Formats: sequence, structure tokens, C-alpha cells
Amino acid sequence: MSNPMAGIARSDTYSKEELLIATMARLFGDGTFMTAGVNSPIPAAAGLLREQVDPGFYVAVHGDPGRTPFVDGGAEAFDMAAQGRLDVFVFGGVQVDGKANINLVGIGPYPQAKKRFAGTFGAASLFYLVRNIVLFFPKHDRRTLVEAVDFKSASAIGPKEAYRTGSPRWLLSERCLFRFDLEKERFTLVSVHPGHSLEEVREHTGFSFDVTDRVEMTAVPTTAERELIRGPVRDALSKPYPDFARKLLARQ
Amino acid sequence: MSSPRFEANAAALAALIPDGASVAVPSDNSGVPMALTLEIIRAGKRGLRMIGGPTAGIQVDMLIGAGCVASVEAAGVSLGPRGLAPRFCAAVEGGEIKIIDSTCPATHAGYIAGEKRLPFMAVHGIFGSDVLTHRADWKIITNPFPPHQPLVVVPAINPDISIFHAPLADEHGNVWVGKRRELKSMARAAGKVLVTVDKIVPEDLAGNAELAPGLLASHYIDRIALAAGGAWPTALPPVHPEDGAELDAYAAAAQTREGFDRYLHRALTPRGPAQ
Repeated sequence: MSNPMAGIARSDTYSKEELLIATMARLFGDGTFMTAGVNSPIPAAAGLLREQVDPGFYVAVHGDPGRTPFVDGGAEAFDMAAQGRLDVFVFGGVQVDGKANINLVGIGPYPQAKKRFAGTFGAASLFYLVRNIVLFFPKHDRRTLVEAVDFKSASAIGPKEAYRTGSPRWLLSERCLFRFDLEKERFTLVSVHPGHSLEEVREHTGFSFDVTDRVEMTAVPTTAERELIRGPVRDALSKPYPDFARKLLARQ
Repeated sequence: MSSPRFEANAAALAALIPDGASVAVPSDNSGVPMALTLEIIRAGKRGLRMIGGPTAGIQVDMLIGAGCVASVEAAGVSLGPRGLAPRFCAAVEGGEIKIIDSTCPATHAGYIAGEKRLPFMAVHGIFGSDVLTHRADWKIITNPFPPHQPLVVVPAINPDISIFHAPLADEHGNVWVGKRRELKSMARAAGKVLVTVDKIVPEDLAGNAELAPGLLASHYIDRIALAAGGAWPTALPPVHPEDGAELDAYAAAAQTREGFDRYLHRALTPRGPAQ
């Protein structure tokens, strides 16, 4: 097989973005259908990377007409989620708390917020429907990872009997990776990224979380992952996210 | 069978929207009637109650900035890749408009109930969300059928008026919306449907097997006006992409009240669209 990476400079170093992309892609596991929403270059890149290593995986990328397989209007993706056909979705937001509630609406009182944001979009419903939800909050500080969000746009904590085909499972930040346990309604620290520590994570996290006996280090992107990110992933990303794709290349 | 009336231009459609009307509008890049929006602003409409389809963008941000809007019901209002909708955010923070937060599938469900003239529709999830807490009109019921689980139900949305822009209509009044099925629900749910189009052809599109599935038939439509490029600067798939430079200019200008006013003054100055 010819090497599509031929001519691309190889390097053992990796950028912060590449670490997040590679780490996120590993969380998608046995997912088969992902949708990457608006303003989501890193989730889109992670989905594209997952496609490269798992031929059964597909990511629909907002902003790329060639990767918009919906043909029946805006409601179709939500119906797909309810049918259990939407495996993976990455949510961001303004705040996340220790019960995996996210805030996309505003800081301060409601409705007259001190700082208003766009709104909840589909999150309130999708939190019960997408099998594997990754919460992605790259900025990891006590104003973002809070004890209780100012406004719960979406919460997975609902009646046990409610229809459910999924829930939040992971929280990925610039410092670490947490796993969410829906039964316990708590996060457990899975690993800290290279250069970061448990103490630092505690210092910058506004909610309490569980730790296991041994805190792992997040695996760095492998040579193969880096080459895929710098090759086919960057190429596919250059249509919906030209600036981000250029920045990925510029880091080499 | 009733047929829509054809009006001379978008301004004639704007004249049919009374102050205080509830007006359903498409999400960005789904047929946003921008030319009509400028006419609504020019006509000085007030107290409009905007309903997203299920989100809204530059159109509603402009209407808010121009003082036309009393309330917004939406799952999100933003400029998409260009970030927050500045006039929307400022108006909510300043308490100048009422915000009725929703979540996408709930708004879709409301329109679908509305087109069927059903009183409500169930939507999965939403439990635990403060969107639900603040929606006195949303209820939790028990499924009357097995397995008798709790369900969130939302009331039908029946807007006074639905407005959108489409690529194509025929002289019989059929309008082609393509993949945008939610526009059909929003139109059928509404009391009145006002549409601008890029082009009007003589051929009866209902007889065209390829286009018929994407048609909103004439009996759902009240008025049609020709407004070539009427979705500009938003994208109108599959006809044209967005005008990125113009949308960048809006996003930058609308950060301040003064910048917005300057942008609006320029936009209201008679001229053709860029293309």
C-alpha cells in the first residue's frame, strides 16, 4: 500500500490539539454513527480519525455538505437519536458540573442573564438518547468545571423509568479525562494528560470527583495517529474548518 | 382548491404581517427570508413574537436590533460559526425582549403537533433540564400505554404566520423546499404562509416526479413574491453558499449598537444583492 503520508515531515512531538483529538477518538469505541455539530473542529477531527482506524465508523460533519447525510429536514437527526441510531455526540458549553449537567444558556440569573449564550439546541433531549456522549470542555478551570451549573441546559439525571438509549460517559478537558457514572451521578478521574497532575486537576476543578488507586497518564498520540491527523484528517477538515486545518499543519 | 396570490415584491408580503404577530422562521441556511426581513424592518413592525425553526440566526438578530421583536422562542440563537448573536444576547441581558428557551426536538414536535392540529406531542428526554423548569406550558405525563413511563409533552405550535425563502415556485403556487421538511410542518401549522422565491416557472411542479417530494403544495401557501437572491447573505442549499464576507461584516458590526445601526442603514439603502 502506498504511503499517503509520503513527503510529510515526521516528528515525535505533538500539539495540544493532537493530544485531544487522539484521546477523544479513542473514547468513541464501538460507535458507528457520529454527528459533529457547529463550531466543533476538534470533535470533527476526532471523528475523522476514528473513521481512519475503524471502517465501520462514520462522522457527519456540520458545515461539510459532502458529510451531511440527512435528507429529510432538521428533525431527522433527533429522530435517529431516538431510534438509537446516533451513537456518538460531543457536547461543549459554558459550564459543566459534577453531575454532568451542562449549561449552554447563560451565566447568572435566568432569564435575564448577566452573560447570555446561544441556547440549549438539542442537548436536553439528546442527553437521554445518544449512546456515548463526550463532554468536551477544553478550558479547565473553576469557572467552567463548577459545583453546580447556573442553568441546566441538559441533565442526564432523570426518572429511572424514562426512555433512554444513552447518556454522558466522558468529560475531556485540557488537563485530564473523567468517566461519568450515571448510577453514582459522579465523575471518576481516568487519566491526566502529560505535564499535568492530580493535584493540579483538583485545584482547578470546582466539583468533587472520585479517583482510583493509581492515576494514569493519558496516552500520547501514536506515530500512526499523528500521521493520520496530519494527513487524511487534516485534508477532510480543510473544507468545513479551513483555518483550523491550516493551524494543524502549521504546527509541524 | 385555493391558490396563493402572487405579490409584486417582498415589501408587499411584509405589509401583511401585523404588529404583535407570532412569526415562525427557518434555521440558518434553511431558506431564511432575508430580503423580506429587511422589508419588515423598513415597515417598522413592532412586537413580533419570533419562533425559531427550531433555531434562529442573523435574521432574528437583525429584527431584534431593529426593535421589531417582543419575544423569541428558540432552541438557540447564534451566528453559527461566527459565534454569539450580539443583538439577541444584549437584548436578553438588558431585559428588552422575552426569551422562551426550547430544545430542538421539542420545537420540531410542536410544529408537527401544530400541522396535525393535535394539542401536544411527546418528546424524549428533557427531564432534569432547567428548560423544562422554566416552561410552564411543558408537562410531564405518564404514558397511558405500557410501559407507562414518564414523558415530557409540549403544546402544539401554531404560529400566526410562517415566512421563508425558497429556490423555486411554479405559476400554480407550488413551492419547492427540497430537503427542508420542517418548512412543510411550519407552513401547515401556521395561520398564514408568506414565501419569497428566487424564481417562478410556468411548469406545474406537482407533475414533476423528481421535484414533487420536496414540494410544499399550493394549498398551504397564501402569498408568494419573487425576490431573486432573497436568502442572501445566508446560504440557500443547493442553490448558493453563504456570502462569508458579508456575514463576517455583520458579525463584526453588530457587536455594538452603533455598529449595528450603521450596518442596518447600509443594508436598507436600495441596492441589489452582491451576486
